[in-house]
Amino acid sequence: MSTGTVPKPIAGTSSFLDDRLGAGNFMRRNLRKVFPDHWSFLLGEIALYSFIVLLLTGTFLTFFFKPSMEHVIYEGSYAPLQGIGMSAAYASTLEISFDVRGGLLMRQMHHWAALLFVAGMMVHMLRVFFTGAYRKPRELNWLIGVGLLTLALLEGLTGYSLPDDLLSGAGLRITEGVAISLPLVGTWITFFLFGGEYPGEDVISRFYSLHILLIPGILLGLISAHMILMWVQKHTQMPGKGRTNKNVVGAPFYPAFMAKAGAYFMFTFGVIALLGTFAQINPIWLFGPYTPADISAGSQPDFYMGFLEGALRLMPSWEVNLFGQGGGTLPLSVLIPALVPMGIIMTGLAVYPFAERWITGDNREHHVVDRPRNNPHRTAIGISAMTFYGVLWLLGANDELSWVLHVSLNWTTYVGRVLVFVAPVIAYVVTYRICLGLQRKDAAIIGHGVESGVIKRLPHGEYIEVHVPPAQDIEAHMRGKEAVPTLPGAGNGSDGVPPKALRGPIGRLRAKMSAAYGGEKIPLDDGHGDGHGHDDHAAVGAGGDDKPAVH
Amino acid sequence: MNRITAGRRHPLARYAVLLLALGLLGFTYTLAAPTSERADAAIASGKADDVAEGKKLFEQSCSSCHGLNAEGVEDRGPGLVGVGAASVDFQVSSGRMPLSNPGAQAPRKQPAPWVNDDTVRQLAAYIQSLGGGPTIPTAEQVDASKGDKAKGGELFRANCIQCHNFTGEGGALTQGKYAPPLYPASERQIYEAMITGPQAMPVFNDSIITPEQKRDMIAYIVGVREQKDPGGADLGRIGPVTEGLVAWIVGLSLLSLAAIWITAKRRQAQ
Repeated sequence: MSTGTVPKPIAGTSSFLDDRLGAGNFMRRNLRKVFPDHWSFLLGEIALYSFIVLLLTGTFLTFFFKPSMEHVIYEGSYAPLQGIGMSAAYASTLEISFDVRGGLLMRQMHHWAALLFVAGMMVHMLRVFFTGAYRKPRELNWLIGVGLLTLALLEGLTGYSLPDDLLSGAGLRITEGVAISLPLVGTWITFFLFGGEYPGEDVISRFYSLHILLIPGILLGLISAHMILMWVQKHTQMPGKGRTNKNVVGAPFYPAFMAKAGAYFMFTFGVIALLGTFAQINPIWLFGPYTPADISAGSQPDFYMGFLEGALRLMPSWEVNLFGQGGGTLPLSVLIPALVPMGIIMTGLAVYPFAERWITGDNREHHVVDRPRNNPHRTAIGISAMTFYGVLWLLGANDELSWVLHVSLNWTTYVGRVLVFVAPVIAYVVTYRICLGLQRKDAAIIGHGVESGVIKRLPHGEYIEVHVPPAQDIEAHMRGKEAVPTLPGAGNGSDGVPPKALRGPIGRLRAKMSAAYGGEKIPLDDGHGDGHGHDDHAAVGAGGDDKPAVH
Repeated sequence: MNRITAGRRHPLARYAVLLLALGLLGFTYTLAAPTSERADAAIASGKADDVAEGKKLFEQSCSSCHGLNAEGVEDRGPGLVGVGAASVDFQVSSGRMPLSNPGAQAPRKQPAPWVNDDTVRQLAAYIQSLGGGPTIPTAEQVDASKGDKAKGGELFRANCIQCHNFTGEGGALTQGKYAPPLYPASERQIYEAMITGPQAMPVFNDSIITPEQKRDMIAYIVGVREQKDPGGADLGRIGPVTEGLVAWIVGLSLLSLAAIWITAKRRQAQ
């Protein structure tokens, strides 16, 4: 490009900026940054763009929402509630829904965007987990992600409490129940949060500050950190032709990826707008104003809180009375479901990269990700955790399930209590076996090629199907497999004194776990990988003896 | 012979045989099934005393479970002395009684063929004559247009929604019991349910909720179920469960498809 073609106003402005900000250099470096082409790398952007929609619609809502629990009599245009006493928060939400132009659309888009925000984060996290993209050097970014997910749950909880309708009140009541059940500090925390006895006068305005100021502020900061780290550390990529730990194969940011990202933002915005237009969400006017005495059948939280609701519904009514009647009560029936599943899942997520590094002793940097099948234990653990979460999630809606499927409500609880322990184990075993099976299939393709569909008749009459080598890119994708590392000296076959780190009870456990977790289960280049050696109808399909072609 | 064999192998032959067999089965069943209909119709058309006619109806259709004198049969049906005409009208006009097969709860269904205004009146008169009880409300008592929706809504939220849900969609109760949806119930049936407390439902007598308040509640229930949803598709009006499903199935699927579509086109080499 010759500078002569650039019009003066643009050339002048850009060199003005360049001279003062050094922008040219920065742009030259970053506009050519390469983004991988795989579709699953866009999943995180659902969350990012939903967040932008949340900020925009949320700002609109703050213009009209009154975060006050002051008692008012509704005189707005929704007839079935006229003359009813309610909080100013609820009345202003009704006003947004029925009297503010475009208000209902904004409310609905805000709510749909919130659901997609969390859902987008979840699928993005699953992608990162199952491909092992959280490994060194990306552990810190993974931790930021776990923090973002936790904050998003809090943001959702404070947000859906704000309209002060009967449904969100049920959620608020459970929040209070959890807070007050905490040992020692519960009562103080509750009185601090609610400014006195439940429901008090303060909680809506406090949640409002948290919801529109503090939590979004932290979210924004963490999202920026997440993006910057991603930018600096570059993208991971799927194994494939020409892809190594030292490069990234894909399209440059400008112009290709910028167009894609821009288009994807429009898609996200469009889907949210479509949902907001055509699907009614959180119809608070049907729920009515909150009164602590009322509760509806089929009260559920938004989906991301569903697993906590399910845990609460599954829990038997255990309670411990310490030091007799005058002592303290430890309401395990609330404490355990509120803290344990959340603790298992969030702590498990945060610890996993470090635990895996400890077990495998793998300190290398990874920029090429694993295919899920190639680390069967990780995949099995992930599916097992998803099953645990899924059972709780499902049971959070057990009344709707029993209602729709005509089964006894009690039985959904009994079955759920068993499934929450048994289903993850079954899922683990099944997933592990499926992963090994898929590895065997890969080994078979590498060893014998793919079926060509060409049947060939040999001179002595036998028919065989000709196998051809797999396409180059597919073979490269498969050959990207790397054995899961183990600690040196951890194998069963190792003789002699184990290294220092592997002595003692913890060391021995570590060695055992390392040997089980790591290692090559099904070698790619070893025939079938299932032990019956080299077959005869390999890549070229040369037959000859009496073995039938079983592939 | 050849033509018959060919016909037998015609692709449509199996359907024809199936239809024939089904038709035959249905025809035989109609002939063999007990034909109480005609007898019932004869009773209904007679202009005899309501109580006497009601007793006949009762003996024919109800007594096997409730006893010949409505005293009840252990493990089969409760005694009906004192349940009142309102109870009979509610149970029979909503098709819950006569019960076809016992379960956790009698479901609403198409009323039996002999049920009409006259037979229900006669049956109700007979039961009322046994020991009194709540009577069928007047048309004015259940006129939704005369009620106050807003007041009714408050009462509805305080007394009904914990089982019937915010909008009367119904919900599950313990051990296979359930609170039925209020959508198909007529105004009169809603009122009768409140004063008689059928099945798992408690009784809301006139000292707890006055007849005017009941009318307000009916006004709210009818108003809500006829109300259009301003926000789009109602998603079953059961709250966040279906909303979450839609977010995942519709929202995320659309966005995943979009992601696949966007990344599927590789950049053309310049």
